[in-house]
Amino acid sequence: MFAYYLRLAVLSLKRNKVLTGLMVAAIGLGIGASMTSLTVFYLMSGNPIPHKNDVLFVPQLDNWSPNQPFDEPNEPPNMLTYRDAMAIVESKQAKRVAIAFTNFFPVEPDNKEIKPEMVTSRLTTGDFFAMFETPFRYGGGWSAQQEADDQRVVVLSKATNEKFFGGSDSVGKRMRINGEEFTVTGVLDDWQPTPKFFDITSGPFEENEDVYMPFRYGIEKELQSSSNNNCWKDAGDGYQAWLESECVWLVGWVELENAGDHDRFLGWMNSYVEEQKKLGRFPRPMNNRLDNVGQWLENQKVVRRDTQVQVALSFGFLAVCLINTVGMLLAKFLGRSGEIGLRRALGASKRQVFAQFLTEAAIVGVAGGLLGLVLAWAGLAGVRQLYGEFERLSQLDVPMVLTAIGLAIASAIVAGLLPTWRACQVAPAVQLKSH
Amino acid sequence: MEIRPIFSALMRNKTGLVLIALQVAITLAIVTNSLFIIKERIELMNRPSGIDEAGLFTVSSLPFAPGFDRAGSITQDLATLRAIPGVIDATPINNLPLSGGGWGEGMSTKPIDPNTSKPEDSKGTTIYMVDDHGVNTLGVNIVEGRNFNPDEITDRNERDNGWPQQVIITQALAKELFPDESAVGKRVFMSNDSTGSVVVGVLERLQAPWVNWNGVERATLVPQRVLWSSTRYLVRVKPAERDAMMKTVEAKLGEINTGRIVRGLRDYGEIRKSAYSRDNAMTVILISVIVGLLVITGLGIIGMASFWVTQRVKQIGTRRALGARKFDILRYFQVENFIITSIGLAAGILLSYGFNIWLMQVFDAERLAWYYVPIGAVCVWALGQLAVVGPATRAARVSPSVATRSV
Repeated sequence: MFAYYLRLAVLSLKRNKVLTGLMVAAIGLGIGASMTSLTVFYLMSGNPIPHKNDVLFVPQLDNWSPNQPFDEPNEPPNMLTYRDAMAIVESKQAKRVAIAFTNFFPVEPDNKEIKPEMVTSRLTTGDFFAMFETPFRYGGGWSAQQEADDQRVVVLSKATNEKFFGGSDSVGKRMRINGEEFTVTGVLDDWQPTPKFFDITSGPFEENEDVYMPFRYGIEKELQSSSNNNCWKDAGDGYQAWLESECVWLVGWVELENAGDHDRFLGWMNSYVEEQKKLGRFPRPMNNRLDNVGQWLENQKVVRRDTQVQVALSFGFLAVCLINTVGMLLAKFLGRSGEIGLRRALGASKRQVFAQFLTEAAIVGVAGGLLGLVLAWAGLAGVRQLYGEFERLSQLDVPMVLTAIGLAIASAIVAGLLPTWRACQVAPAVQLKSH
Repeated sequence: MEIRPIFSALMRNKTGLVLIALQVAITLAIVTNSLFIIKERIELMNRPSGIDEAGLFTVSSLPFAPGFDRAGSITQDLATLRAIPGVIDATPINNLPLSGGGWGEGMSTKPIDPNTSKPEDSKGTTIYMVDDHGVNTLGVNIVEGRNFNPDEITDRNERDNGWPQQVIITQALAKELFPDESAVGKRVFMSNDSTGSVVVGVLERLQAPWVNWNGVERATLVPQRVLWSSTRYLVRVKPAERDAMMKTVEAKLGEINTGRIVRGLRDYGEIRKSAYSRDNAMTVILISVIVGLLVITGLGIIGMASFWVTQRVKQIGTRRALGARKFDILRYFQVENFIITSIGLAAGILLSYGFNIWLMQVFDAERLAWYYVPIGAVCVWALGQLAVVGPATRAARVSPSVATRSV
């Protein structure tokens, strides 16, 4: 029976090509617009490491000015001072700790023909790789021993390895960075979590760094962060004063054994701050925080407001398109009252008429959904053009394609219900009499 | 005017009425709020930065050679740059207007004590560290006071904390610090600096690096060359020669000193574009949404009206036979559309303000200016009247003889 309805529907849709085209276009436009904005929203609001959401936490200690919060309303700083970061490491209260900042260095290739180049670097404690499960193509992170001995070791991104070693296994090879010889311990595979949850201080959708070097190298070289250094009072003169200052500039993460460990660690943070208060630090009321990945991304407002407004607008747009389709379907179905009357008189039940017309609505929906996918793909290409930086935020993936098709069919059926129901109400006798 | 019969006829076919009215309502809400956002963004993007953007570009030097002489290299680079024919001027600078990355400080008329000073005691300002060529290179106007003298330029090492004796501030900052008097000659204080600096000049306008900061007009020039791991230069040339000059400058800097990487060559068009790319994108997206909506709603009205014309062919024929003129039929459909649109607009006005309130609550948006809704309403009315012309004309052409055919 379904095949028959399908044939009937195609015949009927062919009869008025303009109207059919308009309906498909309306659904397609609505789906295209809403899928475009939804895809960007979905990629922005993603959690790149869901399976560790309950064990990775950002410790925030409120060491800010007594007169004003770091950010309204009463937000603690989103980075750590050197003193507090080191206290977290030395407390050994967490399973793993990653403390990091970024900077940039010149690299001099062995081949003097090739011009020296700048690389961006993440200077981090070695737990970083295990905590964030960075995929390695060759080798791995440096060992705790290498880190303790202040060895010159480096991990390269895949692209950096391509550039300086032609993509070959460079583990054990040497590389001249910032005027010193570094040994490569590992090369990452493709890795670009979106958002860049482990460090959003210079933008949540920035590219990852080119190389990873031991945190202590940066301290030895007396570096600050090249992205953000925030102070509420003067640091004082010299690097030692900088390290002891109330300036926040380090990104810190801890990995705990399990979700239940959260309260214990927060308790440790609070008792640490109590102790520090006795030393005259932490002038604000206790305001520490220990967010997991999801809470962190939400509290730091990673999803842009514009994107949220765009999602709201595009669904309003979809609503208008659907109401439009309801109108056109209604016109189309009621225009065939005579046919309906005849079918009913010949013995078709209301249910059969219902099935027939809903099939027709669903076909419009599927066609609209397909058109919508094409339009969403074009729309995302447009978004990429407009924003420039959005490469990773504008790609359709399988779940989004399925969502688009599902949304389209659901929309068309919702749009088809009222007209179909009205078609079923056609009284056969009246229709037959008047013709 | 036969509003009553049209109205009661409409009430008998509520589905169509509701469908069109709903579309009109949502369209009005989205169009007015979008137009409002677009206007705000265009205003943002049109603010002048105060500098000669068309003639400016930037380039950086990152040393790698052991024992690199940072101060000597800056002196040599600047002398070289200023000697290149076609270069109007050049300056070292720590950060760039509109670039997104910068240095912020609190500035006050009294020394700032971080433990007791209230946030409102000081004004946030960005700090640009330049030499005596900074003003001329940026192309900013001094409205009061003077530029830095060459002998006032000092070197700032990586962890130096003090501030020089002289600063130049923007008019916007001067007005906030000294609302009733001239700022020139006055002492201002930055973080933990008890001696303070004297304002020697006031600039007409110079924007901060952060375009979305509410203090974007508050900027300060200090007479310092920064001796950091990387040095940034700003070069001013004639706008027409900029592209060619960029290549010349890059090549020249690479030539005179091979112990460093010459990088980060960018012109100001690019810097402005990326500073406002999100606002520009939002504007384009909203315009597309508005156009799409108006087209869809217009087509919806045409579709519905055509359907009604088809349904009422007999009624129209009868009216024509009873003496109604073509014009009366035309007017019937126009008035009918006007009534439907008006009902939709009534709901749409509520929806517009509702949407605006939601935007205000969730996104700290501004309150919709009063005239957006009336302007939007007039546009939607016009759209409805235009859309219905086609079907109405077709209706007017229905022959009176239709009335006499089979019932």
